[in-house]
Amino acid sequence: MEAKGTLKVKTGFAEMFKGGVIMDVTTPEQAEIAEEAGAVAVMALERVPADIRAQGGVARMADPKKIKEIMAAVSIPVMAKVRIGHFAEAMILEALGVDFIDESEVLTPADEEHHIDKWAFKVPFVNGARDLGEALRRIAEGAAMIRTKGEAGTGNVVEAVRHARRMWKQIRWLQSLRGDELPAAAKELGAPLDLVKWVHEHGKLPVVNFAAGGVATPADAALMMHLGMEGVFVGSGIFKSGDPKKRARAIVRAVTHYDDPEVLAEVSEDLGEPMVGINIDLIPEEERLAKRGW
Amino acid sequence: MIGVLAVQGDFREHELVFQRMGVPIRRVRRAGDLAGVSGLVIPGGESTTIGKLAREYGVEEEARRRYQEGTLALWGTCAGAIWLAQEIEGYPDQPRLGVLDMSVARNAYGRQVESFETELAIDGFERPFHAVFIRAPVITRVGEGMRVIARYREDPVFVIGERAMVTTFHPELTSDPRVHRFFTDLVEREVPLKVG
Repeated sequence: MEAKGTLKVKTGFAEMFKGGVIMDVTTPEQAEIAEEAGAVAVMALERVPADIRAQGGVARMADPKKIKEIMAAVSIPVMAKVRIGHFAEAMILEALGVDFIDESEVLTPADEEHHIDKWAFKVPFVNGARDLGEALRRIAEGAAMIRTKGEAGTGNVVEAVRHARRMWKQIRWLQSLRGDELPAAAKELGAPLDLVKWVHEHGKLPVVNFAAGGVATPADAALMMHLGMEGVFVGSGIFKSGDPKKRARAIVRAVTHYDDPEVLAEVSEDLGEPMVGINIDLIPEEERLAKRGW
Repeated sequence: MIGVLAVQGDFREHELVFQRMGVPIRRVRRAGDLAGVSGLVIPGGESTTIGKLAREYGVEEEARRRYQEGTLALWGTCAGAIWLAQEIEGYPDQPRLGVLDMSVARNAYGRQVESFETELAIDGFERPFHAVFIRAPVITRVGEGMRVIARYREDPVFVIGERAMVTTFHPELTSDPRVHRFFTDLVEREVPLKVG
């Protein structure tokens, strides 16, 4: 007997992305550029985060027609975003045959209390997290993959660095505790005790953990890999830059060869204009995307 | 020494299985890393990405030379199986090693929601093996120098040659080391395995 949509099949699929780059695309042409550059998957979107930020309004799941066009254009896996808590959008994406769903704070949240019950789906989900407690809450809801939230659409890696460092600091802290101290730690993190115990024992998250939110250069990508992330999402950083083809290719190489400074120097050369960044201190608190979700 | 191609994919999971068996491992990212390696594992991952990155830093060329010289055994899992196949249906230009006389069709079971796990009977294994298939390719043709030792429904999923093996499933995602042991035995053989 075969079993589909199991936890093993979902988390195992995320394992296959490791050491790779997942790129935001808004057209089939961009998807082809991403595949040609060596992306392991593309994220099909209506607008990249930088444009969502600039244009405002309610940001929703992309038009199914657009997602289907992107799925037809490339042979690599296709992901797409739904609003936090919007399980009807997720049902639509599953019916389309999308390979992975990102329940994303980049879109306008549909529910301020509840995230999607991801166990109810065969398709795997990735969720953003700012710290270990948030990551474990999402995993308890059925997320098969975690990414840092960072601060999407800024081209500024500082928040992704903060989230990655915080998560690892908390993992090391958990490892240092006695077994009888774990229930109190679970209370402090706001995370289920069984997952807290798992992390205490294994010293890592139980699912694959990627960097996201503000990665704009090959050096940014390499930095996140050194900080213990297992791969990288790049949103606005590629198609909002001067030479997307070259930059996409360079970021892919930087993730594979992140501990080889010679390769990093070679691929970082002459990439044209990067996306214009935003200083996060200048973004009002209420406009920060990382604050969405809990 | 066993090498694991570490340009992209779940190479760490392969390493962990070998480490538990007490087998030393080297990560292979560039051609020079193949020196002293007698068996190379190509992990699961995205086959288009692995193909491009293995070509750029000379691994593909060096692995081909060493395999043809008879000093390197190969094992491809899923994406790795695609990399080893002579023919990839519908993608004639996809970068690959292409040394094994077989054809594969990518994502032939469908998209991710069609991925599955199942118990698999393998010739020569006493007990079934728990096999995880993720956006797996289907082996559509097997040449004369290759032997099929496991099938799922009608399709070959575990194929061996004299100095090579291919699995379209992921033994590195389960804690059962029997397929990894099968490979180290293949690598250590002084006389190539008799097949066909």
